[in-house]
Amino acid sequence: MNDLTPTPQERTAKLKGLGTSRKRVEDARFTQGKGNYVDDIKMPGMLHGDFVRSPYAHARVKSINADAARALPGVIAVLTAADLAPLNLHWMPTLAGDRQMVLADGKVLFQGQEVAFVVATDRYVCADAIELVEVDYEELPVVTDPFKALEPGAPVLREDLAGQTSGAHGARRHHNHIFLWETGDESATNQAIEAAEVVAEEMIYYHRVHPCPLETCGCVASMDKVNGKLTVFGTFQAPHVVRTVASLLSGIEEHNIRVVSPDIGGGFGNKVGVYPGYVCSIVASIVTGKPVKWIEDRMDNLMATAFARDYWMKGRISATKDGRITGLHCHVTADHGAFDACADPTKFPAGFFHICTGSYDIPVAYVGVDGVYTNKAPGGVAYRCSFRVTEAAYFIERMIEVLAMELGMDAAELRAKNFIRKDQFPYNSALGWEYDSGDYHTAWDKALAAVDYAGLRREQAERVAAFKRGETRKLLGIGLTHFTEIVGAGPVKNCDILGMGMFDSCEIRIHPTGSAIARLGTISQGQGHATTFAQILATEIGLPADSITIEEGDTDTAPYGLGTYGSRSTPVAGAATAMAGRKIRAKAQMIAAWLLEVHDGDLEWDIDRFVVKGAPERFKTMKDIAYAAYHNAIPGIEPGLEAVSYYDPPNMTYPFGAYVCVMEIDVDTGTHEVRQFYALDDCGTRINPMIIEGQVHGGLTEALAIAMGQEIAYDAIGNCKNSTLMDFFLPTAVETPHYTTDHTETPSPHHPIGAKGVGESPNVGGVPAFSNAVHDAFRAFGLRQAHMPHDHWRIWKIANQLGLHG
Amino acid sequence: MGKKMQIALTVNGEAHDLLAEPRELLIYVLRERLNLTGPHAGCETSHCGACTIEMNGKSVKSCTVFAAQANGATITTIEGLGSPDSLSVLQQSFREHHGLQCGYCTPGMITRAHRLLQENPDPTEEEVRFGISGNLCRCTGYQNIVKAILAAAATINGAKEAAE
Ligand code: FES
Ligand code: FES
Repeated sequence: MNDLTPTPQERTAKLKGLGTSRKRVEDARFTQGKGNYVDDIKMPGMLHGDFVRSPYAHARVKSINADAARALPGVIAVLTAADLAPLNLHWMPTLAGDRQMVLADGKVLFQGQEVAFVVATDRYVCADAIELVEVDYEELPVVTDPFKALEPGAPVLREDLAGQTSGAHGARRHHNHIFLWETGDESATNQAIEAAEVVAEEMIYYHRVHPCPLETCGCVASMDKVNGKLTVFGTFQAPHVVRTVASLLSGIEEHNIRVVSPDIGGGFGNKVGVYPGYVCSIVASIVTGKPVKWIEDRMDNLMATAFARDYWMKGRISATKDGRITGLHCHVTADHGAFDACADPTKFPAGFFHICTGSYDIPVAYVGVDGVYTNKAPGGVAYRCSFRVTEAAYFIERMIEVLAMELGMDAAELRAKNFIRKDQFPYNSALGWEYDSGDYHTAWDKALAAVDYAGLRREQAERVAAFKRGETRKLLGIGLTHFTEIVGAGPVKNCDILGMGMFDSCEIRIHPTGSAIARLGTISQGQGHATTFAQILATEIGLPADSITIEEGDTDTAPYGLGTYGSRSTPVAGAATAMAGRKIRAKAQMIAAWLLEVHDGDLEWDIDRFVVKGAPERFKTMKDIAYAAYHNAIPGIEPGLEAVSYYDPPNMTYPFGAYVCVMEIDVDTGTHEVRQFYALDDCGTRINPMIIEGQVHGGLTEALAIAMGQEIAYDAIGNCKNSTLMDFFLPTAVETPHYTTDHTETPSPHHPIGAKGVGESPNVGGVPAFSNAVHDAFRAFGLRQAHMPHDHWRIWKIANQLGLHG
Repeated sequence: MGKKMQIALTVNGEAHDLLAEPRELLIYVLRERLNLTGPHAGCETSHCGACTIEMNGKSVKSCTVFAAQANGATITTIEGLGSPDSLSVLQQSFREHHGLQCGYCTPGMITRAHRLLQENPDPTEEEVRFGISGNLCRCTGYQNIVKAILAAAATINGAKEAAE
């Protein structure tokens, strides 16, 4: 070796592998306005489709007259349920085992429901034609409250289910009941609670919200009748599943369907489901033989596609006098809207809600979830969340606070007292999960020290005293959260969507000159996969990340995978990437052995090369090996250097975090100011710290929106009250606070690189942190529970009801 | 529908004469007729700012301007702010400071930031936050966007000082 030989540090740095804050490769096109989002796609002869939507939440459709619309120049077709019925496409299956109307079949069940699909030469003509379609409705009684929906005399919503006493998830006990899903030991839980020294009981409502990515949903469907090929470009978080569903619905063989997710302008769960717009665009393209584009507008998006949450969670938690939790009981009334279109793994109609024992060692617990139909939009998607984990985290983190009040104990101390200890992992929870790893006490202590928790409590006490003396009108809230997530769905043995196991995949091709392409079954919507997956590979195979192209989202070229949601990309596809990389390395080792004329067992891997053990000057770099793979006839080894891995994770991963929010609240105006927000995340091995930090900032801001103002609310006759960005709160840069991020690192023991996923943690942990801060500010005045969102008006009302306005 | 109107626009330095219906929105003309797909539609009610462009030296939401109102105007879109060979300081700074994720808000955000720095070359963090409050981002939480804009301002001012 000589001075020109790069040091190991220099070689590692050149790879830009794991742990590097590598700049994103996606940014060049986005910063220049050269992204390729679905609405940017133009095809020759392309038509536009749009919906006539119901103004009523519940009504019979007596007739549809589209003659005037059809007569308008530029209108090509108007589709109604009657047109789709012969194809059996007027209804479609949902991901949750229910079915959903594609176009109104005899009645409408929520405001904004799709009634007819107009196809025209451009969007303006579409809009004109929609005005000309005459629909004769007969209004029916509306029910938007899930408790009222279950009353004996409640209006019958789903007439198509008449007489069906069981559904996809077991017995239905009422005409508006979907399922009761239960887990845990109810009688043992009740016994523990009845015998307990202290019991706290509370109804915790997690209101209905909407993921509202900046880009709405849309697609371009193009049936090429010459080749018999259907191509669908769309905002799909799970393109391969969309292809399979499209094939099953249309009868077109799967190899003749190509589904492509181009650049996606944020997803957050909104783009997981299959929507009537996709079905209608495909049918319209088949009928007209032309490409058909459908793009939602913002009102369509907020009114009709994929809400999230809407869980009424009735909790009972018990403890000893000194604060050891002895049992947890939870019953949820889950408002699923008009159709059960939740996007959960098939066997979990309430998602992973039963992670609701959280970070705590709770000996016995029970969860029961009743799904209910109402006259509201369908959905129930995981809004930046892994299948109802957000609801679960909010529930337990509120219950802990309520219990702390009941005990007269500090909420931080109560948490620490009940955390699962480091030596208890892997930990089997009372509700059936095996937590893979964790070190909660370390994270908690670090967080409390970072914010000077004791100092904050002193300041708060002084503030309350000053308030009572009339010296200030501002209160101080300290919002605590320690959350545990469950992500990375999931093991094929118990996780599937429409029967497809929730594995994921990666296929790698090394080029002769030592660069590579890897394709995955996932799809980025802003997470930066093209950047981070190349980093995983760089570390595994020793080629620079800058020499590795990552491709996703085209079902003709990418290997089958279940897509990106539920923080599953890193835990599942990231694992597949590492495993495929290891297959490449195994073959590379044999090639290197042949080149170096040694036994492959005499070689060892060193950053970017195989080195002969004990003779570091004898080596072959991965680049040399790639060249040899294509240029040498090596006995017993096929030419080329490629690998594919389908990864079936043995378990979920369990990221966790400790968040503290310090909030000033003005008692007279109900306004708030987040003075400090500290977020410590433990997502195991960190692939790209810059991207992790960005994900945390973004997730916390979505949490801020949800906790402090965002909601999808309905009036008594089912009008959606928040269907524009005027009424639906999205924080601007002014309302958004500054965040401090931090981390501990507890690698997942079963993941090939120890990574756990982080994209959703800040939303899961952020919502209870903000909400607890509001509650904590009023704790001294007796506030136990106030439902979100905590907008100015509602905070003012809290103060008013507590008698703080004099 | 109305009779089409003759409209003249100068966009990113290029003159265009086109026919558009009186009701056609500027964003539609830019995206569909001039194939400038950098400006995006996120709401079409002037709340999100994804469609932000510069018109006659002002930041404008092109979803709420009729093309007819823009007749005779000089317009700059994200496509006119830099080229692959010479990215603007702001474009580089957004990448450097991770000021974008899905990229959907980015063209509008950078176009707005560009005008903001013309109006106020040395803004405080608070002024930046207020100055971009017409542009929503669902991904980043703004912290790195603000950082990127402040850093760009510093770079531009540093270069100016060095030149003086
Ligand atoms: S699309 Fe113009 S402001 Fe949202
Ligand atoms: S980067 Fe996605 S909306 Fe801003």
